[in-house]
Amino acid sequence: MSSRYFGARIRRNEDEALLTGRASFVDDVQLPGTLHAAFVRSDLAHGLVRAVDPAPALERPGVVGVFTAADLGEYWQPGPLLVPPAPIEGLTFEARTQVPLARDKVRHVGEPIAVVVAESRYVAEDAAEDVIVDLEPLDAVVDVRAALADGAPLIHEDLGSNLAAHAVQTKGDYDAARAAADVLLARDFSYDRGVSGAMENRGVLAHWDERSSQLTIWDTTQAPIPIRNGLAAMLGLSESQVRVVAPFIGGGFGPKIMMFYPDEVLLPWISMRLGRPVKWIEDRFENFFSTTQERGQVHEAEIALRGDGRILGVKDVFVHDTGAYNPYGLTLPINTQCTLLGPYDLPNYYSEFRVAFTNRPIVTPIRGAGRQQGVFVMERLLDLAARELGLDRAEIRRRNFLSPDAFPHDHEILFQDFAPLVYDSGDYEPALDKAIELIGYEPAGTTPSDPAGGRPAEEGADRDGASRRTRLRGTGIVSYIEGTGIGPYEGARVRVEASGKVCLVTGVGTQGQGHFTSFAQIVADQLGVDVTDVRVVTGDTREFHWGTGTFASRGAVVAGNACHAAAVAVREKILRKASEILEVAEEDLELAEGVVTVQGAPDLSIGLGELALRSNPLRGAVQPGTEPGLEATAYFGPQRGATASGVHAMIVSVDPLTAMVEIERYVVVHDCGTVINPLIVEGQIHGGVAHGIGNAFYEELDCDSEGQLHNASLMDYLLPTATDVPPIQTAHIETPSPLNPLGIKGVGEAGAIPVAALFVQAVEDALKEWAPGLEIRDIPLSPNRLFALIEKARAGGGEEGP
Amino acid sequence: MNATGTVPIRVTVNGEPYERSVEARLLLSDFLRHELGLSGTHVGCEHGVCGACTVLLDGEPVRACLVFAVQADGASIGTVEGLASKDGLHPLQAAFKEAHGLQCGFCTPGILMTMVAFLDEVPEPTEFQIREALSGNLCRCTGYQKIVEAVEAAAADLRGIS
Repeated sequence: MSSRYFGARIRRNEDEALLTGRASFVDDVQLPGTLHAAFVRSDLAHGLVRAVDPAPALERPGVVGVFTAADLGEYWQPGPLLVPPAPIEGLTFEARTQVPLARDKVRHVGEPIAVVVAESRYVAEDAAEDVIVDLEPLDAVVDVRAALADGAPLIHEDLGSNLAAHAVQTKGDYDAARAAADVLLARDFSYDRGVSGAMENRGVLAHWDERSSQLTIWDTTQAPIPIRNGLAAMLGLSESQVRVVAPFIGGGFGPKIMMFYPDEVLLPWISMRLGRPVKWIEDRFENFFSTTQERGQVHEAEIALRGDGRILGVKDVFVHDTGAYNPYGLTLPINTQCTLLGPYDLPNYYSEFRVAFTNRPIVTPIRGAGRQQGVFVMERLLDLAARELGLDRAEIRRRNFLSPDAFPHDHEILFQDFAPLVYDSGDYEPALDKAIELIGYEPAGTTPSDPAGGRPAEEGADRDGASRRTRLRGTGIVSYIEGTGIGPYEGARVRVEASGKVCLVTGVGTQGQGHFTSFAQIVADQLGVDVTDVRVVTGDTREFHWGTGTFASRGAVVAGNACHAAAVAVREKILRKASEILEVAEEDLELAEGVVTVQGAPDLSIGLGELALRSNPLRGAVQPGTEPGLEATAYFGPQRGATASGVHAMIVSVDPLTAMVEIERYVVVHDCGTVINPLIVEGQIHGGVAHGIGNAFYEELDCDSEGQLHNASLMDYLLPTATDVPPIQTAHIETPSPLNPLGIKGVGEAGAIPVAALFVQAVEDALKEWAPGLEIRDIPLSPNRLFALIEKARAGGGEEGP
Repeated sequence: MNATGTVPIRVTVNGEPYERSVEARLLLSDFLRHELGLSGTHVGCEHGVCGACTVLLDGEPVRACLVFAVQADGASIGTVEGLASKDGLHPLQAAFKEAHGLQCGFCTPGILMTMVAFLDEVPEPTEFQIREALSGNLCRCTGYQKIVEAVEAAAADLRGIS
């Protein structure tokens, strides 16, 4: 089969609807008679609920109902534990999941206490202000270390502490490695929280239709099928009575998969009770409290090395902040634990984590999902080691890379999918070489000093033409791996219709990743049709019953391979049927441009539409053992995740007096196995890098010790803009994954993962002469924080030890 | 204001005249989306930062979430629904598709409307000018690079040199 589309820069099938304003997002769905919901939320981070009085709200004209925890009766249940803990030996784990409405206690600012339903959103918001809530304040605990200290306020009293989990994973013998080391370096690191920042906030529209006994829910979810299954069970309905539609979604990035948000549980219930459609669209202010967040961790790490820079072992002990509840189990800290190992041959590893409840919004994965923190710790340790040993930063990485013949490489610990952490394939040095070439990095030692590092950038004109002071320029280069494309499975159904066009249905949701095109490319190649003739349907549980969701950079890997398998099966049916009709052996048939032709006899042919019709006859009988139509359903479940990797490099210039940093150039060399559509892959990487830049330098949740957020707006929480993100140059390395027939590895999160580690390395490089000994160990950095660090380093306090 | 507490307004949207009676506090964004059913204008922050709701008010780009519908009385409004013509996509729309200048597409209508006005004013922009003009529109998916490329291509197309 010749490949016309796989690997090509195909323009997207979905774009026209999005560009003309025709595409329907959740809030664009308008049903007659719709009611609107607004939530009454806690303004305390920790407190006892003494009383909730909805009476004043009910007096307001236009208010239809107010519901509190007491009104929910038996429907009030803590949410499910989404991901059970991995079977790590000696693990302790306590699940405390979120509730639909706070009943006895509130545990973070913004936790919903009541929901008001009214004829318009404006009235609902007015009425939410009318509800009288009497809370008794309790001391809040916000800092993750303080949460585990003796005497800390208890968030879930029955546990007796705020410890949600404790786990140790080891490989080899770190203590022996430590004893044998020439160099030991130990430091503390921290990585703070941020929001996902999808441009579309979350939203739910639920419609119970009494006559058909059907519940339809439009939901900005990344996992429509599990939402359908869970809601059916909770509401006592058959799965066939519940339809969840995730239409066009305005960005996901992780938090749009969190079964279940209180709103997802409440709106269907309210619609069934009131017999009318009910809509709730989160506003941006709410989003800072009611949508999950991520990345708060503090690490104490140590690296043991030989004098030549080879790593003997790493020890890392960290605390992970899970917020007020932990519905996502241990996915995040395990990702951190596993991703820290990076592309390196690291024989001895001791990794221990504790997970702490805090009085902050719930933590679940955001693009990168715990991996950033692991990469930050490892790359920082290598930078420190390079400095200590007088080695070049690229060289110390090169010396420790796993060799291309080391695969599959077993790291002897468990990954988030409960499978052993085994890298499937990779080749890391070519990526490093390519990145060095593209960024123009010259290793230290080859010239009297690193030509970029610490030297002034050209004076004079800036990009905007304004003159400026001397800036110091620095280069950074880091590497990382990413476990992607985990199971359990996804499915797809491919059908040739009587028009000769193809319908492809899959259960995964899509939030802008280009699935309407990349999946169509896979199928179009198999069926010999134009890529625009493959109509892709995703995210509608009525169309496909089975599936999990879009997370862990798995859409293209898992659903993509299911699409491929279904298309291969349909291709076989096409050729078999054509062979019968044309009375020619299948081997002599060709399938291209929507027509089956006979090699050497161009007049003998049959179109796909005709074949589809004749596979679904109105008379006669379908033969035993065959099925009507040109249709097939297939599933794909990888045995474990595929390991993507990459090297990022950047050049920054820093104004040493103001600590403002400008990124001048950015290079990404990455390996996501075979590439379905380079255009889409580049887009994914660019977006990831921008997200990473935000996390590194701009985005910070300014939360005080009472758990109050001081910057819950996009005015004060700074998402990177077009002037903050530099042009990004990309290059591909391709080591196909042996774990799936198409050789794909995931790419959705890759861009975001190493950016903070890279950013601080480049900034340190720029300032190495101006502020000797400067060490950046906490993310996010900000101009203010960098300024303080520069001052400290210049005062001689930069090289503080652990 | 009339007896029902609403205010009658007349607007022209994408060349079509509309007469409605609205609450004085109704945002122009909600008016377009929910009263007129023009849901191509998206709402991302409701405090004027993200730019997703940008529309043209008498030719000037404005944040529809920072304007009350009553303030638009008598005005001519342009939204994303009015960009394409019978002959096909507007050059900016076509360039966004060609350059992969959108992913989830939620911020796209606001960016298109901002750029329509920008290219009107600056037909031959530099990359930096484009980035500056885009800096009031947030996009979390694309990293902006392919948006910049799309605007560069559209500018050339509109000048008739592509």
